[in-house]
Amino acid sequence: MPVTTYREALRSAMAEEMERDESVVLIGEDIGVYGGTHLVTDGLLERFGPKRVIDTPISEGGFTGAAIGMAMMGMRPIVEMMTWNFSFQAADQIIQNAAKIHYFSGGQASVPLVIRGPNGGGVQLSAQHTHSLEGFYGHFPGLKVVSPVTPHDAKGMMIAAIRDPNPVIFLEAGALYGTKGEVPEGEYTVPFGQARIAREGTDVTLIAYGRQVNLLLRVAERLANEEKIEAEVIDLRSIRPFDEKTIVESVKKTNRAVVVQEQWRWFSVASEVAAILQEQAFDYLDAPVERVSGAEVPAPYARNLEQAAFPSEQQVIEAVRRVTYRARGA
Amino acid sequence: MPKMGDAMEEGTLLRWLKNVGEEVSEGDPIAEIETDKVTLEIEATESGVLTQTLVAEGQSVPIGTPIAVIGAPGEAVEAPAPAAAAPENGNVPAQPEVSAEAETTAVASAPAAAPPANGQERAPVPAPAAPAEPAAVTRAPGERLRASPLVKRLAAEHGLNLELIAGTGPGGRIVKDDVMPYITGAKTLPAAPAAAPETVAAPAAAPEAAPAPQVAAPSGRPAGQPRELSRIRKTTGKRMAESKAVIPHFYVTSEVDMDAAIAFREQVNAQVQDDESKVSFNDLIVKAAALALREFPNLNTTMEGDTLYEHSNIDINIAVAIEGGLIAPFIPDADQKSLGTIARTAKDLIRRAREGGLQPHEYQGGTFTTSNLGMYDVEEFVAIINPPQAAILAIGSITETPVVKDGRVTVGHRMKLTLSCDHRISDGAEAARFLQAVKRYLQNPMLLALS
Amino acid sequence: MATTRGSAKKRRADGPGDTNPDGVPVLERRDTEKLVGYYRQMVIIRLFEEASQRAFRQGKVGGYLHVYIGQEAVATGFLDAHRPGDKVITAYRDHAHALLLGSTPREVMAELFGKATGLVKGKGGSMHLFDVKNDMMGGYGIVGGHIPLGVGMAYALRYQGTDNIVQLYLGDGAINNGAFHEAANLAGLWGRDGMNPCLFIVENNQYGMGTSVERATAMTDLARKFDSYGIEHEKVDGMDLEAVMECAHRVAARVRETGKPYAVEAITYRIAPHGAADFLERYRTKEEVRKWRERDPIGLLERKLIDYGVEEERLEAIRAEAKEVVDDAVRFADESPEPPLEELYTDVYAEESVDASREASAARR
Repeated sequence: MPVTTYREALRSAMAEEMERDESVVLIGEDIGVYGGTHLVTDGLLERFGPKRVIDTPISEGGFTGAAIGMAMMGMRPIVEMMTWNFSFQAADQIIQNAAKIHYFSGGQASVPLVIRGPNGGGVQLSAQHTHSLEGFYGHFPGLKVVSPVTPHDAKGMMIAAIRDPNPVIFLEAGALYGTKGEVPEGEYTVPFGQARIAREGTDVTLIAYGRQVNLLLRVAERLANEEKIEAEVIDLRSIRPFDEKTIVESVKKTNRAVVVQEQWRWFSVASEVAAILQEQAFDYLDAPVERVSGAEVPAPYARNLEQAAFPSEQQVIEAVRRVTYRARGA
Repeated sequence: MPKMGDAMEEGTLLRWLKNVGEEVSEGDPIAEIETDKVTLEIEATESGVLTQTLVAEGQSVPIGTPIAVIGAPGEAVEAPAPAAAAPENGNVPAQPEVSAEAETTAVASAPAAAPPANGQERAPVPAPAAPAEPAAVTRAPGERLRASPLVKRLAAEHGLNLELIAGTGPGGRIVKDDVMPYITGAKTLPAAPAAAPETVAAPAAAPEAAPAPQVAAPSGRPAGQPRELSRIRKTTGKRMAESKAVIPHFYVTSEVDMDAAIAFREQVNAQVQDDESKVSFNDLIVKAAALALREFPNLNTTMEGDTLYEHSNIDINIAVAIEGGLIAPFIPDADQKSLGTIARTAKDLIRRAREGGLQPHEYQGGTFTTSNLGMYDVEEFVAIINPPQAAILAIGSITETPVVKDGRVTVGHRMKLTLSCDHRISDGAEAARFLQAVKRYLQNPMLLALS
Repeated sequence: MATTRGSAKKRRADGPGDTNPDGVPVLERRDTEKLVGYYRQMVIIRLFEEASQRAFRQGKVGGYLHVYIGQEAVATGFLDAHRPGDKVITAYRDHAHALLLGSTPREVMAELFGKATGLVKGKGGSMHLFDVKNDMMGGYGIVGGHIPLGVGMAYALRYQGTDNIVQLYLGDGAINNGAFHEAANLAGLWGRDGMNPCLFIVENNQYGMGTSVERATAMTDLARKFDSYGIEHEKVDGMDLEAVMECAHRVAARVRETGKPYAVEAITYRIAPHGAADFLERYRTKEEVRKWRERDPIGLLERKLIDYGVEEERLEAIRAEAKEVVDDAVRFADESPEPPLEELYTDVYAEESVDASREASAARR
């Protein structure tokens, strides 16, 4: 099976769909002539022309709203947020219009829109450029929110998003654009609402989304080698709709859960996961569900501070020790 | 009463601006009303004659309530029934699951009949570091039993009495690793000596079918009548049976010269004012045994499964006869307590034992037990070890007996001590030396006051 | 509303010019019958709005209610230039637009009453009137929020190869909002390539809720704001139906032809308060309202029609019939059932098969 990067997977998803369906267009800042600040849309202007690859002025509210209007007319726009941190400028359009039009029009109008872009931090971009917005956008009924980690999922979920008749918030793991993975040839989709078991295990369930999934895989290796703990790692990847079944079944098997996220703990995805697990797997829990989250501070600039502000392998391992009660002997 | 704002729910009619019988035109102000925000005039919506006012000045009514009637001149109009009040809110139905994937698995109210979760098929996870200790169940007074939800379910499924299981999690929480040995059979439960004051889901208490009367023996003698054993009997019986079956007991007896102890006790009690602090012989023996255990820590251990646990604390149980059976509360850190404290503690425990007022944490535990039948004129007897302890000391009566002293026959006071001991943990020589130590303290009672 | 007896001499005034400066033909002659039809429409709108206000006071309409009283000529005039397939989008003062495009008074009133028979099944209310089959694309509650949508729709119309246009209504309050400026910039930008047939209709009713244009806007010549975005513009007297109609035909044809956006500032007046909760009206004098009432668009049209030879009795009959239409709508709304509780959870997400959407997309090529 061919191996491509996350970035290439996204590009080929969009390009293939643009070939198949003329109503798909791209809208965003510097996506055409410049090729996209992360080179995700590189080459697409040459291929599809300026009517389908639209470079916009810096006006997220304006062009996101325009994309919503296009979607209401049956087009399938893909809007790029240069980074999701800029989406707050468009939040009124996304939350008040895109999420709700199908509902308050009594089903008469729909918004088949994809909004995509790099999400998350970790490269010293400091406080205004470091948000991870799964919890924020996941909060609103009417939106779909996904967060793929592997190139395989990036391509399959992008195609699914483009074909979805609803507004899809497509949160790309910006730090992972260069990572490689196996991506099948041809057309395929990864449906929403299904989590991925990235590693099977029996002793503890580790749950994350975004680049923390890779952190968990590293932690799982260490736990297996150093502490003889076999961890099951679950990649949520679909935030809304959310796959409750997979995490519940896993915790019924392992009896312990640690949820890890880069974003802040208060009112977050991890909090929702903990609530779901205590509701549906109450009698299977040997310990409370632990949440390992980013520090409750705006993201700092200095490299050491930033690293300390995000979950580390060590923090996760300590959480695992707590839920398996391994700490008591020490 | 008109709705003048989206949040308005009622208004007060301040005063009428037109009188009954007066002509009004559409748009004329007819009344002044007050809402929670403002005072304002309201206008007639029709032209005609104000035939009736339905609300008095100063009265507050909900929006939608008719306040006046405008009709044709001379028209007699009945006050209409109040118009529908503010629209009611429909009941919002209970929210179904948001996600299409969500499984509406209700929290299990009854333990699943299915076999235990996969994790239990494996042997209990061996912790790299041996789990720290105590099989001793130590819960503070009045403290709730803490157990993880998983453990509660497992306990229910396997009929385990969580009162008897020590918790090694935070705050004494009983966690999976604490119960797994009992499920796999690696450990057996210490039996509850008596029914606890609070109800315990003791599986032994599960109602059984009433025992059937005994079939008449072929001897033709009358058949026996069945009698249900009390809970105390059942649990004690179960524990003692387990103890005898599992522990290889051996016994060592020694006779103690109690003359000095008798004199010492008399002296001490003559100085003590309150009765609570008066020292009994049992108190002396408890202290002696505790001090001796300092020298023989191997007898202050507990054996659970194949693991021997050492204890730095010396907690001495004293067996107390109560209605229907036996209970053995313990005196914590008996080696460190003064005779007076031991006396007071023992009296309090014994009294409450007989009243049924002991808390589980007061009898579930202990590292060494003493049992005294001396008050019943029993000279010597052999006790069964209180599992998971290493040994138990059976104490006989103090008897007067002729003895030879300085070449002459005189009256001596002797008491027999019998130590039952777990041969997996100790052996005859150590047991004997331990008894010698106990004797030394009792025969030199000043040492008891010096610890 | 004021009416005057027709003068004895029945005049025929001249109609508007036959062509506009660009040579695009417009109304060739006055069509009095058409105007009578519009008179009926405007009276229905007026009575409808008054009835909805009464219903609000009776507690039958909840939330917010923004009525179009005083502004009827603007929507009526511009929608005379509407062709099927042209999209109409406005903010929350939207009853008139829905009614003019063909939604029935019954279904609009029922929507205000929150009934199952409402235009959007009771799930939107006064501010979210959609009738997509009639090209009414809503109905939005956030000031300025709908404007980028309209600009995007205009792009789509050209992208899909049609010659339709968008009529995008906005108010003098919205024109100070960031969303307007971003959207207007995009319209001007895309319009350079003929990819934005968007007709901006600024309904300047002199007040953004309680704040006059003067107090809210640094540069109060609203039409001129479009200069910043390369969009040509003009003003029109929004109280005069005929003036609006003439303007509408001319500018709509131009937008349709060029694919470039255009803006019209319609000077009008909001005779009614901003919304049902705005009854103190501290921000203006009764004197001012009275003066504008003299230019009430329905009154103006009435006087003109009489001048053009229409009998007073006919107009009175129209008013009576209009009242019946509105009373019927209120009755219908009263008697309609509330939405079933299951409706709470429908339409959160669209279900559509991929194939259906692909077919539709292919059909548009």
